[in-house]
Amino acid sequence: MHLERGIPGFAIVGLADRACSEAKHRVRSGIMSALLEWPLDRRITVNLAPAGLRKEGSSFDLSIALAVLAASLQVPAERMAEHAAVGELALDGRIRPVRGAFAVAEGARSIGLERILCAPESAAEAELAGVEAIPVRHLGEAVSYLRGELRPEPVEPPDEADEPEPPDLADVRGQERARRALELAAAGGHNLLLAGPPGTGKTMLGRRLPGILPRLAPAEALEVTRIHSVAGLLVPERPLVSRPPFRAPHHSSSTAAIVGGGPGPRPGEASLAHRGVLLLDELPEFQRPTLEALRQPLEDGTIAIARAAGQALFPASFQLVATMNMCPCAGRGDPAAECSCSPQRLAAFRDKLSRALLDRFDLVVTVPRPRADELAAGPSEASQPVRARVVEARNRLRAQPPVRTEAASELLSRAVERLPLSARGRAKVARVACTAAALAGAQAVETEHVAEALAYRSPKELGT
Amino acid sequence: MSVELTLASFAALTDSHLVDEPRSARFARFKATFDAPAALERLGASGYRFLARSDEAFPPLLRAIHDPPPGLFLRGHGNVELLRRPAIALVGARACSSYGRQVARRLGRELAGAGLVVVSGLARGVDGEAHRGALEAGGVTIAVLGCGIDRDYPAAHRSLAAEIAESGLIVSEYSPGIEPAPWRFPARNRIVAGLCAATLVVEARERSGALITCDLALEEGREVFAVPGEITSALSAGSNALLRLGATPCTGATDVLESFGLGPPEPVALELGPAATAVLERVRAAAATMDELVRATGLSAGELAAVVTELELAGVVEVEEGLVRAG
Repeated sequence: MHLERGIPGFAIVGLADRACSEAKHRVRSGIMSALLEWPLDRRITVNLAPAGLRKEGSSFDLSIALAVLAASLQVPAERMAEHAAVGELALDGRIRPVRGAFAVAEGARSIGLERILCAPESAAEAELAGVEAIPVRHLGEAVSYLRGELRPEPVEPPDEADEPEPPDLADVRGQERARRALELAAAGGHNLLLAGPPGTGKTMLGRRLPGILPRLAPAEALEVTRIHSVAGLLVPERPLVSRPPFRAPHHSSSTAAIVGGGPGPRPGEASLAHRGVLLLDELPEFQRPTLEALRQPLEDGTIAIARAAGQALFPASFQLVATMNMCPCAGRGDPAAECSCSPQRLAAFRDKLSRALLDRFDLVVTVPRPRADELAAGPSEASQPVRARVVEARNRLRAQPPVRTEAASELLSRAVERLPLSARGRAKVARVACTAAALAGAQAVETEHVAEALAYRSPKELGT
Repeated sequence: MSVELTLASFAALTDSHLVDEPRSARFARFKATFDAPAALERLGASGYRFLARSDEAFPPLLRAIHDPPPGLFLRGHGNVELLRRPAIALVGARACSSYGRQVARRLGRELAGAGLVVVSGLARGVDGEAHRGALEAGGVTIAVLGCGIDRDYPAAHRSLAAEIAESGLIVSEYSPGIEPAPWRFPARNRIVAGLCAATLVVEARERSGALITCDLALEEGREVFAVPGEITSALSAGSNALLRLGATPCTGATDVLESFGLGPPEPVALELGPAATAVLERVRAAAATMDELVRATGLSAGELAAVVTELELAGVVEVEEGLVRAG
């Protein structure tokens, strides 16, 4: 920030993008509206350091305005130096919340600042980073505060209790097998594919996975909150994401929308589902490149995106749940309908899902159409007791994962010979068997656990 | 032998279907210049054999039909004698149901296991499953092609064809290089029916290729069996119509084996726990979904999954499209 005598002007340097450069006009109007003085006879230069890094967005407005005021001696510079600031200025000087307040606050703390000026809507979010948030509604308020004339009200800590509950498993009638698979998926963090005719509740089941997952650990919660903050998804009432996130992008979504991208890369749905669940409804309807792009995060939990403007590495360690019909006409697997697909059409449908992608589903379950008497049955087990079992199984897996007995290993080898099961398929069965043993509270992985795990292998009718 | 090979080669050249020597000038010219021994050598070099109609080894049943092919091109390691063994034609729809696939597989396995040669057309659906079933039982199976002997049609069945050629035979009346064409498949069907003393239809729509095979079998006075299907299913309309016209219903491999004078296939002795026995009994009564089995047996979903896998590994049940069926 530099003021000098000369032809009056206002320049922002340091690789600012369009929204950032337009800050000039917002800052000027904001300062005038707050009845403060704009240094009319000065040439103003603002440098956004480091100059080599691209800056984007409107979140620098408040900092730039305060810097101009400090340089023209309207606020005390030494007070300024103790504070970080983030926010967008309206033309009338009001301060608007911006995306990424949490990340900015974390950055402020890492360079030793303990207070951050921000819009009241961003205050709770910024406080999660361990700094004191000073909620200011207007530029005038920020100036009064820095001059020591005003002490803004601290924000109320958000109330955890009114968090909406995710949909409950009690709504699902029958479907014992799919419920069991859901429980295994939750306990072992396995990817789950639900295949079957339409109207059998595949999506309904998939949506109920988050409800039986344990809450996020504090470190995980901050990690997820950071991503959601950057994406601007946090709500002021509940800034901390404490439940596993759930994302269900529509199948018409572009590859960039799902894995992330754009000129200055943004996180996609896969990263927003980090530590949570990504539901892909009607899996074969997604574009093939999109599905293939998901293979990297499924393998190593991150997405690396390179663009001309720069590179980004996003965390994307999510649990994948997908649903699909068994054939394009959706008649297959439905006793009440008949499949009218030609062999060519069926082959094209199956080709869409590469074997490499199908291989990443540890659990594949065919969901048959329930008969009428099932629907008439009473409500089934709710999410709460299931979640308790899942938490217990996870603790066991973390403390000491059960080991396969000799008989169980023998059964696995026999199955590999007898059934079409690849090396990867064998490893999947071994993982699921371990989860089944942990859920049962068993000391070791016995034959019955391996046998159960084998029942969730990819069926041959899906072409694997 | 050279006469028949000349005829087959002329048919390939003119893209026509010939049973007897035509009286055309063109054929006379072709015959005068055709070098049969050299052609035969080329065939042998590519790994194919030619069995002429006049050859003693030519299957008598096929010779007896009213338009027997001039000869058969052969591929595979099977002996020519296989063509004279008691054989059953196992045919049906290409776009069959999962029930049709399972039944075809099972009948192929049981019939081949009892010693019959299973003959089919290498097509998708019932044909392919019939071949696979026979191979599973370690039996002999013969695939009849509707294109040149060097082609694998459909391409998806290339590895199946290779497996059949290991122990059985792939035969065609068409010389190498002939492309598959719609009109060649009915002609192929007459060989499928002609090689066998009986034809068994698993699933067929109305006016399906499998019905052509049956018509040809009936014309030659061979026995025709049909697997009864659901009366509401279009996939079974053709096979059910056959039953109405007097075909013998096939309710299991035993029905077919009896007509060949063979005993029933050996039942497999199994040692099953009480839970597995209960599940098997329930599934033998009617195919059921896993969820129905959970309610019927009182097992938990996890326990049931383990039991079903156990039964699947023992080869007594099959799971497809979410349904558990006795295999």
